[in-house]
Amino acid sequence: MQEQTTYNYKVVRQFAIMTLVWGIVGMAVGVVLAAQLLWPDLTYGIPWLSYGRLRPLHTNAVIFAFGGCALFASSYYAVQRTSHTRLFGGPLAAFTFWGWQLVIVLAAVTLPLGITTGKEYAELEWPIDILITLVWVSYAIVFFGTVATRKVAHIYVANWFFGGFILTVALLHLVNSAEIPVSFWKSYSAYAGVQDAMVQWWYGHNAVGFFLTAGFLGMMYYFVPKQAGRPVYSYRLSVVHFWALIFTYMWAGPHHLHYTALPDWAQSIGMVFSLILLAPSWGGMINGIMTLSGAWHKLRTDPILKFLITSLSFYGMSTFEGPMMSIKTVNSLSHYTDWTIGHVHSGALGWVAMISIGSMYYLIPRLFGRAEMHSVKLITVHFWVATIGVVLYIAAMWIAGVMQGLMWRAVNPDGTLTYTFVESVKSTYPFYAIRLLGGTMYLGGMLIMAYNTWKTVVGAKAVDAPILRPAAAH
Amino acid sequence: MDISITDVRAWMTILQMAVFLGIVWWAYGKARKGRFEEAAKIVLEDEEFVRPSQQRPGK
Repeated sequence: MQEQTTYNYKVVRQFAIMTLVWGIVGMAVGVVLAAQLLWPDLTYGIPWLSYGRLRPLHTNAVIFAFGGCALFASSYYAVQRTSHTRLFGGPLAAFTFWGWQLVIVLAAVTLPLGITTGKEYAELEWPIDILITLVWVSYAIVFFGTVATRKVAHIYVANWFFGGFILTVALLHLVNSAEIPVSFWKSYSAYAGVQDAMVQWWYGHNAVGFFLTAGFLGMMYYFVPKQAGRPVYSYRLSVVHFWALIFTYMWAGPHHLHYTALPDWAQSIGMVFSLILLAPSWGGMINGIMTLSGAWHKLRTDPILKFLITSLSFYGMSTFEGPMMSIKTVNSLSHYTDWTIGHVHSGALGWVAMISIGSMYYLIPRLFGRAEMHSVKLITVHFWVATIGVVLYIAAMWIAGVMQGLMWRAVNPDGTLTYTFVESVKSTYPFYAIRLLGGTMYLGGMLIMAYNTWKTVVGAKAVDAPILRPAAAH
Repeated sequence: MDISITDVRAWMTILQMAVFLGIVWWAYGKARKGRFEEAAKIVLEDEEFVRPSQQRPGK
């Protein structure tokens, strides 16, 4: 007999739809920024729309609004279904939704006004930081409460990754946001000098490692087996993958501070741990991709699997590139150039966004009582537009970055610099145009997804699936 | 005997290596092979029902 209670799909639906909305907003701001680099006077010198204010808006919107909503949606969905119980904490889940949306709206207002702490990926001022803390603690209560009230003995690996992500982000946020308010909208960091820089990049890199990696690996361990219709390639590898990733990521942050005032030994630790990170990263990637072994033919016809598996390819690529760029001598060429921007976007557009898009295509029809999306063909179109967009984007930034690095370090026989800075800017110009094209294509793909989603959900009934009892209760 | 901070760091490194090797041994141990294979199926079984072997005691 089935229990009459249902899973809490409402909050999953809300977060899934907002994933799309914020994805489009965040990427559109990115496209404006890319256009500003081509046409600096594009926004008529309006301060609110200046590059320096829109840039943190873009990063916050894509990471915390788009990525954040995707993580909330997928973790709430996966933890309920793999635990065979409704989300814990009743209205607390709804609070996390509305609280998180309020954080995003506050970010969208304060950042263009120039209200910022100046810490990358932690720009939001202290009152918003407090709100984030409240939402995040509620998220942890809902998630871990659900895990604690599960009806099966084992905690499925996806929940380990989601749980690791929630705990670590709480820790990172609390430590890095320690600040002394001087007014309602202005605070100063509690740390000074190089310690402040080290805390910031301990935070910054672990935001990549836990927010943008561990959480999305949770997505991988749920949605890749689901869509492929077979269990993960090696569950035992996933256990080692989890612990190795957790142990290693924490120490990689100093590679953001090579050749700075940070002590040399700390820089070297950052570099060594970044190199070690290749092993767990690739272990996870191989585990995800090999889940398809014996069912490779599905890749030919299933565009959702295309998204998921391509995202893992980009994950493998950027987690090879990252350790390489953390090597001090490579970093002396790549740092401060557009190579870094290319690296970030191969991870963000290729890995994070593509696995989220694939997962949302899986989720949306199920949340609205449909067998599949309105048009599977449009998913395929989206896949190719997005893939070509990413490749154009990152190839342009690689070339631009290496060129910039080489031009900046070139010296004449008499020791003077061969190029002025503006000459490197001029040489970058055509690559900025290619980047704008790639980014616009990626945004175009999101608009296709929005149309497809609209056609799928309009007129459809919101469906809450019944909770299924364990077999022995039958 | 004096224990310096360097000794502590060295032992910490060795300890962490041992913990990691312990995790690998635990994950790949023969005794837990079946258990992990069952666990891998959880994700596919949330559509239907849960095997009795995976059911939580007392629930």
